[in-house]
Amino acid sequence: MKDKINIVLTGIGGQGVITAANLLGKAAVAAGVNVFVSEIHGMAQRGGSVNCTVRLGNVSGPLVPSGTADVILSTEPAEALRYIHFSNKKTKIITDVTPIIPFTVATGDEKYPPVEKIFEELKKYAEVYTVDATKIATNAGAIVTKNVVMLGALAGADILPFKSNVLLNVILENVPEKYKQINQKAFELGVKSIKK
Amino acid sequence: MEILEDKPGKKILLLGNEAITRGALEAGVDVATTYPGTPASEIADTFSSIAKYFTKQKKDPGFYFEYSTNEKVALEIAAAASISGLRSLTCMKHVGLNVASDAFMTYMYVGCRGGHIIVSADDPFCHSSQNEQDNRYFALFGGAPMLEPTTPEEAKEMTRIGFEISEQLQSPILLRTTTRLNHARGPVKLDKLQKPRKKGHFEKSQMWVTTPVIARIRHPELLKMLEKAEKISEKSEFNKIINIGRPREWGIVTSGVSFNYVKEASEDLKLDVKILKLGMTHPLPRKMCESFIKSCKNIVIVEELEPFLENQLKEIAYDIGSNAKIYGKSTGHFSRLYEYNPDIVIEAFSKIFNVKNPIVKPNPSTIKLPRRPPVLCPGCPHRATYYAAKKAQPKDVIYPTDIGCYTLGREKPLEMADVLLCMGSNAGMACGFAVAIDQKIISFMGDSTFFHAAIPAIIDAVHHNHDVVITVLDNRTTAMTGHQPHPGTDFDGMGCPAKRIPVEDVVKGCGVEHIEIVDPNNIKATTEAFKRAVDFKGPAVVISKSPCILLENSFKRKRGEKIYTYEINQNECKQCKTCIGRFGCPAIYFAQDSSIHIDIQQCNGCGNCATVCPFGAIHRKEDLK
Repeated sequence: MKDKINIVLTGIGGQGVITAANLLGKAAVAAGVNVFVSEIHGMAQRGGSVNCTVRLGNVSGPLVPSGTADVILSTEPAEALRYIHFSNKKTKIITDVTPIIPFTVATGDEKYPPVEKIFEELKKYAEVYTVDATKIATNAGAIVTKNVVMLGALAGADILPFKSNVLLNVILENVPEKYKQINQKAFELGVKSIKK
Repeated sequence: MEILEDKPGKKILLLGNEAITRGALEAGVDVATTYPGTPASEIADTFSSIAKYFTKQKKDPGFYFEYSTNEKVALEIAAAASISGLRSLTCMKHVGLNVASDAFMTYMYVGCRGGHIIVSADDPFCHSSQNEQDNRYFALFGGAPMLEPTTPEEAKEMTRIGFEISEQLQSPILLRTTTRLNHARGPVKLDKLQKPRKKGHFEKSQMWVTTPVIARIRHPELLKMLEKAEKISEKSEFNKIINIGRPREWGIVTSGVSFNYVKEASEDLKLDVKILKLGMTHPLPRKMCESFIKSCKNIVIVEELEPFLENQLKEIAYDIGSNAKIYGKSTGHFSRLYEYNPDIVIEAFSKIFNVKNPIVKPNPSTIKLPRRPPVLCPGCPHRATYYAAKKAQPKDVIYPTDIGCYTLGREKPLEMADVLLCMGSNAGMACGFAVAIDQKIISFMGDSTFFHAAIPAIIDAVHHNHDVVITVLDNRTTAMTGHQPHPGTDFDGMGCPAKRIPVEDVVKGCGVEHIEIVDPNNIKATTEAFKRAVDFKGPAVVISKSPCILLENSFKRKRGEKIYTYEINQNECKQCKTCIGRFGCPAIYFAQDSSIHIDIQQCNGCGNCATVCPFGAIHRKEDLK
């Protein structure tokens, strides 16, 4: 296992990116692995682009140097490309496939590139895994579990220095009783989605 | 609640802000006060959720907590508690200390009895702020001992031990943090929780009454306290030297989150350096700094924002006649702007130490991505108020704005935020523009901001008969910082019922003669109200009342009520773009074929798009969200 593992989580305010980063951090503590998580609150959350980092192992702070991400986990395709400066050839980019069109496009000022072009571009930089997390989460029973599907995909990608069950248990400990089953399903489908 | 576990030695993951609250609980804090502001908010929000957790069970949380009207009031309340012998904590964002500074500067003269920690959460890079002022200068300015944590665990420890230092010195302590500490999570090793002492006792003494005579007696006492504080700083466990490799003549001096970047960069670049990590940064441990400087030929100072350490270290170097070369901001290796990160520190080190920068940044993508700036939420009642105000007076209007969600009114298509300084500045500046220019003035602020800092300006408008329209967007919460209560809500931060103060009662009491109270979701009536307010000669106040849609919908969900969404009938839509191009709800979008649709995942069901559509093409959807 690597000495340091750098994970960059990206997406849009409201998609549960911060929650996912927090759950990953809790799982690391449960597994006895050193961890730092960085997040941005407040103004940045109102529909804006969100970027969190999780660092595991021999690290002393939460910020990731450019070009050193082991994983970029994104709940939105364009947001994966926005943070591409964290990547290197060995980075695994795991991204949801559903674009969320920002308001700057609706007002006619800017354009959202065709999503296929985004995937092509991402592949020039790193290893790309696409996950239809929106669909999987809906099938699992609730679209809000999209972040849990993505965490499942991350657990399935053989990067984390602890077993996927540690992460699943932490997720289940942190959701209300009546949503446990849906979250477990979302996580397990997420794991499967990456092990094609 | 995990944060209340009394299990010394156990490690739990805490946000920097939560760690500060935990540290206060381990010190048995009695009184905690705040005015919410990013990046400080979660310190107080954690106190609030703990208090509510106990209140719900009809139990006593042991401490008193409040969201005060503003930071100055927050500081004064905690100061009184501390002067009465209780342990207290006041937390605020950096600019909050500007508001509290009148109290702060003289409080430093009189000092305290029970420990008092004042948390200033600075925001380098202005992630959520109007400036990036470096509040370490408040420690110098007021004469406050200061601690600067690096990690959540250290934040907890500094808070816990800070209370002891404060009591030893009989002086409040500044705990200065930055966003990357406040909003970083890390493992925190727990210590024992301490029981608060609950009731204090005020010993009368003329020394508390800062008349000129007493102030002249207290000032030398303040300087004596700082001498004592310097001795504590010399022995403090928070000031230490860490060796990387086999250090000889190179030294690095750093504090706060910068230490993280320094340590990793030194290891990654395989440098041979000793790092002086300063945790108690005022007063500096002078002797420790002297001997560190003497042991080095070259010293690199790494600190975000102003050259606070750099200038003081240079002063010490000059005093001891050191010839050590000091690298930092003055040599151009580090910036006074924004926040640092690993890239910045590694880049500067590779230049200073003449080693290859190992960071390989991939080439930027040639694909242009659309910006995703924060916007007013779908269904936000402020959008309806803005829309109505613009309809009432479409041209030649200046819109002073204020601190809160309404700064987001600056974005297209509304573009109704023209000038902003600080909390409450909308009303004061509105008065000034009424004096200076001939255009119409319609200013905007929120309800929490109204109570915080705008009332004196409204009184000014009345007394001098300034011709302005001042709008209070009354959404019954402090929305931007995470929905905290304020004097206009009927519950408080401990979850207890509280006396609600209606905005209109205060405005009436200030002597405003023209007051319009509207529901912005009735856009027609709101437009008429703005027209009347603009036509009125003299100060008019429009109070636009509608709850924050996020809060309202979360209550609806809890109560099991329906939240409807809306849809555009494509046969009726004439693509006039009023809903997108003028009203500007972010849930509405163009499809590839340029037809217009509502994203039901984003729609919060306010229905105002249906009102603004001139063709009646937008309808409530029968299937529910």
